[in-house]
Amino acid sequence: MTDTGILIVGVGGQGTLLSSRILGEVALRSGMDVKVSEVHGMAQRGGSVVTHVRFGKKVYCPLVGAGQADYVLAFEKLEALRWAGYLKKDGVIISNNQEIPPIPVTLGHQKYPENIRESLEKIATTYMVDAGRIASDCGSAKAVNVVLLGVLARKLNFEKELWTKVIEETVPPKTIEINIKAFNKGYGVV
Amino acid sequence: MKQLLMGNEAIARGAVEAGIDVATAYPGTPSSEVFTTLVKMAPEYGFYAEYSVNEKAALEVAAGASYAGARSIVTMKQVGLNVAADPLMSLAYIGVKGGLVLVVADDPGPHSSQTEQDTRKFGQFAKLPVFNPATPQEAKDMTLAAFETSEKFGLPVILRPTTRTCHVCQDVELGEVKKSKKAIRFEKDPKWVIMPKLSYIKHKELNIKYLKSAEMFETSPFNESIIRGNKGIITTGVSYNYVMEALEILGENLSVLKIGTYPIPQKMATNFLKQMDTVLVVEEQEPVLEDEVIKLAWKNDLRVDISGKHDSNVPREGELDTDRVIAIIRKFLGLSEETVSPVSPPELPVRPPTLCAGCPHRASFYVFKKATGKKNAIFTGDIGCYTLGNAPPLEALDTCLCMGAGVTQAQGLKRAEPQKKLVAFIGDSTFFHSGITGLVNAVYNQTDITVVILDNRTTAMTGFQPHPGLPQTAMGNIENPIDIEALVKACGVKNVYKADPYNLEQAQKIASKALEDSGPSVVIMERECVHLVRPSTRYEVEMDKCSNCGVCYKTFGCPALFIEDDRVKIADDCNGCSVCSQICPSGAIKPVQRP
Repeated sequence: MTDTGILIVGVGGQGTLLSSRILGEVALRSGMDVKVSEVHGMAQRGGSVVTHVRFGKKVYCPLVGAGQADYVLAFEKLEALRWAGYLKKDGVIISNNQEIPPIPVTLGHQKYPENIRESLEKIATTYMVDAGRIASDCGSAKAVNVVLLGVLARKLNFEKELWTKVIEETVPPKTIEINIKAFNKGYGVV
Repeated sequence: MKQLLMGNEAIARGAVEAGIDVATAYPGTPSSEVFTTLVKMAPEYGFYAEYSVNEKAALEVAAGASYAGARSIVTMKQVGLNVAADPLMSLAYIGVKGGLVLVVADDPGPHSSQTEQDTRKFGQFAKLPVFNPATPQEAKDMTLAAFETSEKFGLPVILRPTTRTCHVCQDVELGEVKKSKKAIRFEKDPKWVIMPKLSYIKHKELNIKYLKSAEMFETSPFNESIIRGNKGIITTGVSYNYVMEALEILGENLSVLKIGTYPIPQKMATNFLKQMDTVLVVEEQEPVLEDEVIKLAWKNDLRVDISGKHDSNVPREGELDTDRVIAIIRKFLGLSEETVSPVSPPELPVRPPTLCAGCPHRASFYVFKKATGKKNAIFTGDIGCYTLGNAPPLEALDTCLCMGAGVTQAQGLKRAEPQKKLVAFIGDSTFFHSGITGLVNAVYNQTDITVVILDNRTTAMTGFQPHPGLPQTAMGNIENPIDIEALVKACGVKNVYKADPYNLEQAQKIASKALEDSGPSVVIMERECVHLVRPSTRYEVEMDKCSNCGVCYKTFGCPALFIEDDRVKIADDCNGCSVCSQICPSGAIKPVQRP
């Protein structure tokens, strides 16, 4: 298998769909066969969400198999840990440093795990990014997804100009400036 | 030209390329985006689009248009077809003139549905052709073929994508948009009036058409036979992708028969079977294809071993994926089972979906929980975001069955346990969809229940579609939306109230009053969905006043409330509904202006 598999994970409403669309479009315009599998419906209401992105010469299946992911791009760090098992042996985790406690944690029924960074590092090479702060500095806390996409973009072999072009075409017109800024910041992090 | 399209967008594109005249829908995951895409394209391509009040209405509107010769498409989710079953069964007999394609999205898993029902079975029941796409590209191509098939046989035709086609994006080749040149005119004829005598004749015709469609599918590009030895796999829909990838990974060159149309092409399938010693049938949900294959083998006296769901090799519940199909094929080939155990996620806190920060439904549930207090009350629920009201800490829904059932089930429960208070919660869109009938039933039979209509001014769960209570349709703005209060009164309800769930004290008084009324009462909880408004304020906890009692997060459970260093705080995603500040016994939660 020479294709690339990426899981974009997070909390419903964080913008995983937009990110996967941007990534898919960049891969498509770079001449790849692309499959993106999204999650819509109930899970989008604050649940744990995962979007599968695969690209390569020929991709049949829209899902990344367990142990097959090259990257886990996580918008929340508990979600990074939840999906890290999908990584290949030499896979890479790019995760937001933010904690969003799920309701069972707030209610005291379960505990938010400590030392997630260390747990992740035991599994794979991990880039922990303070995406929330970077996004806020760029003008919108909601741009976390594009900051992290910037970090991922640096690792993938697509042209940077193509990324910015697709972002400009995909995000709402009013937010282009903030998103481009957020992408560039992310691109420069690692 | 190629474009990255989601399966649902590809289906919409296919419909436009087929030159549709009318499109109707009731939204439902995973089908919703077919229609939201069509709505955006309607002005440019000059067709009519409407959000119908429910799936039955949607199919009937489309059928009417098609009687006149118009091409029409109607979209819904699988359980929506249950609502539209009545017109569908008869329409199969009567037939259509202009092409009519029903897009019915199935949801193996299920991800966002009450059932895992298989629409291919429904197609067999109604004796209608079904197209079963494997990819977004195929979904688009099949949409065009479905219109051709519909007009060739004068039958409604079903396109049945599943979640992993609906919500998968791939590069899709766009085709030309055909301009419609046909004359559209309804010709009066007794053939449009279903009567028992006509039904018998039409039933015979339908049976013949069903067999003829199987013959036509012998040459369909959506069915493909690859012979590579006497061991084979027969597969359909998204499972085809898993099979092809699994074979590649395993390095196995088995024969493959891919079926994309139902009824299945019998000659093609029989020819395939004749060349096989053993076959494995890989499909999600029901053994529809497997049963057909078994029938063919029996009819043709073929000595072929058939593995699939009937020998428990392929599961009947849940989704398949490449890993599962690899395990199935290994077992079929008698290969040793892989020693690598599948990744089980570590023991982590679960993150279930939840009502959004500031969701007015949370406040409505809170109000009624307070108002019923320790009284013996049962809260019946319905389908929508507000189904999430069953989760802790609210735990405010005791039942959920199907669209509209909350209102009527409350009546049955009341008859069985008259001493209990019965409160039925239903969303605004669901109320229009199938709640009105239940309300009329309560008035007619004088059943003492309280119906709470959660009016958040949208159909939120499926992506914020309009409904009859709003001044918008799929085509634009209208002046006179239906007033829920007037409608409820016209149904004969005497005790009708309106409340703002963000005003806890007022809402609670009204709730208590409605609960004391005898006979049916209705409370309309009116407050826009938080996704429709941009809040100017958010709330903060004043740490010196907070007694850390935990009442706010332990009883109300807004996801913006969280604990940090053993103190409650409010996250930035607070939508400023103010309800937690009304709940706080210490008056420690205060508004702050957003920058």
